Amino acid sequence: MTPRGVGKRPRYHHAVTNSGRGGRSPASRGRLTPRAPGRGDAWVHWRVPPGPPAIEPAGAPDGAPDGAPSHGRLGLPGTRTRRLRRPAAAEARAFWLASPAMAWLVLFFLLPLLFVGVASFMTRGAGGQPIQPWTVEHYQRTFEVFGPVIWRTLGFAALTTVLCLLVGYPTALYIASRPRPGVRLLLLFLVLLPFWTNFLVRTYALITIVQREGLLNEWLVRLGIVHDPVQVLFTPTAVVLGLVYGFLPFMVLPIYASVERLDRRYVEAAHDLGANDWRAFWRVIWPLTLPGVVAGSMLVFIPAIGAFVTPDLMGGTGGLMIGNLVQSQFRGRGNVPLGSAISMVLLVIVFAGVLVYARWGERRDP
Amino acid sequence: MSRPVRPYAPGGRPARARPVRHGVAPERRRALRRDLATRRLGRVLAWTVPLVALGFLWVPIAVLVAFSFNDAASVSSWRGFSLRWYENLFTSLTGGPARFQTELLLRAVLNSLLVAGVSTVVATTLGTMFALAVARGRFPGRRLFDALFYLPVVIPDITMGVSLAVFFRIVFEAWQQWTGVRLVSGFGTIIIAHVAFNVAYVAIVVRARLATMDPSLEEAARDLGANDWQAFWRITFPILFPGVLAGALLAFTLSLDDFVITFFTAGVGTTTLPLFVYGLLKQRVPPEINAVSTLMILASIALVAVSLVLQRRGARRA
Repeated sequence: MTPRGVGKRPRYHHAVTNSGRGGRSPASRGRLTPRAPGRGDAWVHWRVPPGPPAIEPAGAPDGAPDGAPSHGRLGLPGTRTRRLRRPAAAEARAFWLASPAMAWLVLFFLLPLLFVGVASFMTRGAGGQPIQPWTVEHYQRTFEVFGPVIWRTLGFAALTTVLCLLVGYPTALYIASRPRPGVRLLLLFLVLLPFWTNFLVRTYALITIVQREGLLNEWLVRLGIVHDPVQVLFTPTAVVLGLVYGFLPFMVLPIYASVERLDRRYVEAAHDLGANDWRAFWRVIWPLTLPGVVAGSMLVFIPAIGAFVTPDLMGGTGGLMIGNLVQSQFRGRGNVPLGSAISMVLLVIVFAGVLVYARWGERRDP
Repeated sequence: MSRPVRPYAPGGRPARARPVRHGVAPERRRALRRDLATRRLGRVLAWTVPLVALGFLWVPIAVLVAFSFNDAASVSSWRGFSLRWYENLFTSLTGGPARFQTELLLRAVLNSLLVAGVSTVVATTLGTMFALAVARGRFPGRRLFDALFYLPVVIPDITMGVSLAVFFRIVFEAWQQWTGVRLVSGFGTIIIAHVAFNVAYVAIVVRARLATMDPSLEEAARDLGANDWQAFWRITFPILFPGVLAGALLAFTLSLDDFVITFFTAGVGTTTLPLFVYGLLKQRVPPEINAVSTLMILASIALVAVSLVLQRRGARRA
């Protein structure tokens, strides 16, 4: 018994496997699949009607001039030669399948953002509501009055990122270099588990340690490092500490991933060629794990910019960040347009970070 | 003993004859010593820094859990083991005097579970549908939306919360002017908000799973005569299931833990657990909060364990 399609010419060889752009494995791309007519076609694939294949005019999609002879399209077996017209039905079906999620995103995510953008250019009315005459005064006020807070936020986020990197990189390197996979998994789990516990609970846990009558001060006094308890809580130090505590796993994970992907033979080669540990690290390991570092840094920096809970619970007046400014404009009789303007500025900063990430960050497919 | 003369130097010139020294030249020796010091330092740092990092992550949690059993209301001086804070949590349930707002706590837990459950189901369904359509189909705006679905992940919670607050306020006002019915924030608004960010996470997780899936399996099913429905439920979905499960668990956790967005979309009487905890932290912090936190940590560890077991089972089936 011969398998189907082997040894005889398939009756319909127009069902090109999910051709071109969306195709997953190169092996399956462009393969001609024999198929009986009238069978259920791909689920959200192009539905190909039985009958002669629909062929697009040669040369049209690929930029070859119309009418020019194009020998690649001569229908030789084994090469992908025909372009199918997309049947409207399959396209519509995929669209309907995606549409609830897209509608939700547009209605309850993009539209609200648009509202905030519009509100940021309006005047403050009674009760803090935005009203008609357009103005840019809120942006002026944001930069003039709250400039220091913006700079402080950037500074906190940058400091948090650097501290996370300094602590997170060796941690990731250590975990990835454990020879036994069980140990690796356990250590990774220990880094990840705090990430699963509630952020408020974790922040509270840190507060109990650093507060004036907490364990930190108790031990500092007992060990004779300081005479009187130091005030850490409600200072900028506490905010940065809280942010590092909250976002450290975000730094460790991408770096761990890129260290694990690193080919150890490069490091061995560097040593064979006479590099010491220091040199091998800076010339080989560091450059090769840089995408992970960029990814981790952005995963720490971006949420740190928009942090609200940590400065709210751990920072005093000297530790306020943009998030707190935004929130304070929306409580009670606040100032909605001003709050909107501040959150738009926050948004722009975050997008700048995202652009950095998209440009230099981890690539999915190397 | 004659002096050894190096015949050639790297430059090709005859080398200057040098007196033999035992050991190494001083500058070379200094470099070696520096190298050795770097190595020693590196070797020490390589395990101390991870130790510090893990300690930093775990000591506060461990202390919190330990001191929830402290007899005193302090979190620094240990007076003795006691379960009194846990007892205080539950006295009112057994008809004793109410020492803690246990009623509110329980209602907050139930609210959280309701919000997380509903938003997880909705977000998982919509997100999976979207991921399938984007990965397997073509439609106008596909690439645009594919990119747009990363937005809720990167945008700060506070921006999203604030924008939804503004949005609901405006929509509710318009609705009141139009129909005369006054809408208020509540479960509806919280669930809408949670679905809005969860659907993005689910879509990303499921898409990642779809990307590793070989489409030829589906094609094989169809070649063998399966229709769309059969091919989906017999082939695509079982393979996709671990991804869907991972997405759902992520959505559930995010929804349970979310504070900021809920804070801006909640109404009166729809306090979720994070809102309740925040309220406790903002007011006079009661000593029972250590016990509450410990229970929450235990619950999240249990959730992680369950998810690991489920995922392993799902992965084995695939």
